[in-house]
Amino acid sequence: MKIFKFFIIIILIFNFSNLNSQETDIELSTKISKNIRCLVCQGQSIYDSNSDFANSMKMVIDKKLKEGSTENEIYQYLKNQYGQWITYDPEFNKKTYILWILPLLIFLTGGLIILRKIIVIK
Amino acid sequence: MKNKILIILIIFFFIFCFIVLFKGLNNSNIYIPKLKSEKLLINFKSKELFSEIEISSDKLFIDSDFYILNIWSSWCLPCRDEHKFLMQLNKNSSLMIVGLNYKDKSINAKKFLNELGNPYSTILLDTDGTISIELGAYGVPETFLINDEKKIIKKIIGPINEQLINEINLMIK
Repeated sequence: MKIFKFFIIIILIFNFSNLNSQETDIELSTKISKNIRCLVCQGQSIYDSNSDFANSMKMVIDKKLKEGSTENEIYQYLKNQYGQWITYDPEFNKKTYILWILPLLIFLTGGLIILRKIIVIK
Repeated sequence: MKNKILIILIIFFFIFCFIVLFKGLNNSNIYIPKLKSEKLLINFKSKELFSEIEISSDKLFIDSDFYILNIWSSWCLPCRDEHKFLMQLNKNSSLMIVGLNYKDKSINAKKFLNELGNPYSTILLDTDGTISIELGAYGVPETFLINDEKKIIKKIIGPINEQLINEINLMIK
């Protein structure tokens, strides 16, 4: 019985990874266009926007995917063309370190405060 | 007494908010990131407007000291405004002006040039806008100043004006 359960788990695990690996070009292009900022109509992603800029950008993404570029290569390419601002995911660098470190610092100080209170109560 | 101070503070707070928001109304809310590095112009291939022969850009950008690549369209109103400045720039012998016709009908493009004059030495077609994206452009009008090493030394987003013409003239001297 145990072996049977074990096999079911194994089969399930492989099924899930199968699902993931079958990401088609269309799904991938949708995913990428959701992560790219429309520079002309700000506040919208390329996926949401219907401007000339966004439509051309979608075509370029499709073209790049057909040529065999990976997701990361496309982000890198666009960053190189338009600057870091075009992706919704800010890099860790001199300008953005506060953005990345501040939540961690707040979390740690909060933790310290709670810890002190616990110690005092004890 | 305390209540009065509180009321005055609240009123001041609202006035402050009003002034900040009111001033912000006129500010442009489009943010354009600054790119420091001078990039090489990519190679692209496209059809020419009049002859409809496919031309590669590496055959176009030779034997001139400076080039201007201007993205334009007949349906774009700011392009109409900047056209006279391009005609002005065309008088400069060390400058070659290449046009990239963005998402346009060729009949309308030709009409536009008949009406306002043709400052371009060559006009390439970008019917679906993908070449502009690969060049790193935002839309129309947009102008790139390119030197003889095919490096983009200046990128102007939006129409050219008097001040920008002077800047370009200083750069190509």
